[in-house]
Amino acid sequence: MSRIHVTTTVNGDAVDYLCEADDTLLDVLRDQLDLTGSKEGCASGDCGACTVELDGRLVCSCLVLGAEAEGRTVETIEGMANGDVLHPLQKNFIEKAALQCGVCTPGILVAAKNLLDHTPDPSEEEVRYWLAGNLCRCTGYDKIIRAVLDTAAEMRGAA
Amino acid sequence: MKFETPHSVDDAVAILRADPEARVLAGGTDLLVRLRAGHISPSAVVDIKRIPGMRDISQEDGGWRIGAGVSCAEMGEHAGLKAAYPGVVEGAELIGSTQVQGRCTMAGNLCNAGPAGDSVPAMVAAQATARVAGPNGTRDVAVFDIPTAPGQTSLAEGEFITSIFLPAPPAHSSDAYLRFIPRTEMDIAVVGCAVNLTLDAAGTVTSASMSLGAVGPKVKQVDASALVGTICDDAAVEALAAAATAAATPIDDKRGTIAFRKDVSGVLAKRAARIAYIRAKGASS
Repeated sequence: MSRIHVTTTVNGDAVDYLCEADDTLLDVLRDQLDLTGSKEGCASGDCGACTVELDGRLVCSCLVLGAEAEGRTVETIEGMANGDVLHPLQKNFIEKAALQCGVCTPGILVAAKNLLDHTPDPSEEEVRYWLAGNLCRCTGYDKIIRAVLDTAAEMRGAA
Repeated sequence: MKFETPHSVDDAVAILRADPEARVLAGGTDLLVRLRAGHISPSAVVDIKRIPGMRDISQEDGGWRIGAGVSCAEMGEHAGLKAAYPGVVEGAELIGSTQVQGRCTMAGNLCNAGPAGDSVPAMVAAQATARVAGPNGTRDVAVFDIPTAPGQTSLAEGEFITSIFLPAPPAHSSDAYLRFIPRTEMDIAVVGCAVNLTLDAAGTVTSASMSLGAVGPKVKQVDASALVGTICDDAAVEALAAAATAAATPIDDKRGTIAFRKDVSGVLAKRAARIAYIRAKGASS
């Protein structure tokens, strides 16, 4: 079976790859493009550790086929910092200890950034619902939620 | 496994007809889970999202046609659809997480034929139809008649759903969907209930439909005539609740007992009816 040639955009760069029909986008990102920030937790869309943006919309990359990315736009955690300058969410997650083991963190950061892009002033409830599909087994969530809310305030210039 | 991206309905039908082991890919939030778990091993996956119209929400005869590739998140962002059918949209928006919402579709939820599919009861209460394309052309089928049993549908070989149609809502009508889960999100309905009401100008209910999910092998249509001729008063909603409890035929499982689910069916019927009534009274169209 011949492999599928896919041309797409990842973090602003034109990328092409060959994949099998049953390779997920997560498989391609990690194993072919060496973008290993996105993690495989559950492989069933429950944990959110593989969260990326596809055409600006949050998806679990474990539930997207690599071949589906043809002609589309993918944003991953690797595209979040501006060179050596961390995104305010990344900076605050470190400063406010919103991560421990770190496996869930890339997915949570991508999901939280997507929220703040659309909703600069979310309520705590909105943040908790928005991130309900991102499981963290270390932190108990409280520091994550506070870091997101504090970052939102900071980015609005209200902090 | 092959990956197919037909660019027309006819091409998709031809692929599906030629290969009975091929599976349709819309949002993929059920298909890919089963694929990765090894529960299915299709010969081909047919991505229908590149077919024109599959990702469109459009008005038709005063109603709404929702392409089979439209994600539930896109439905929630559509002001017109949300105003016309708030209950259908709130059901669709209860499926999975933000990430799953970005991909999952109502047509997929329907074809997955899980008894607890959250988008299905409100579609049934709205008398929605599914447009089915297949080797013999196109047919419109009541959404209620698509699932037949857990995981089973009435779709024949080579057929797939291209869109869901919600008919033009009458004046002074609205709907609501509620589900019970032990958590606040990311869970499968223990009971789901949709109510769709039409009122006259004075606020008296002129027609009512109700549908229950997760309390039988497939979605149930339940007689909601107890509300007709009333202003959705306490006695009327109590009678509706009794009808819901009587109609529910749940199983005992880890998520709820038979007695609990029958009782909750009645509670949700009351609450959904009251929400739908308030919405219908406030609805301008």
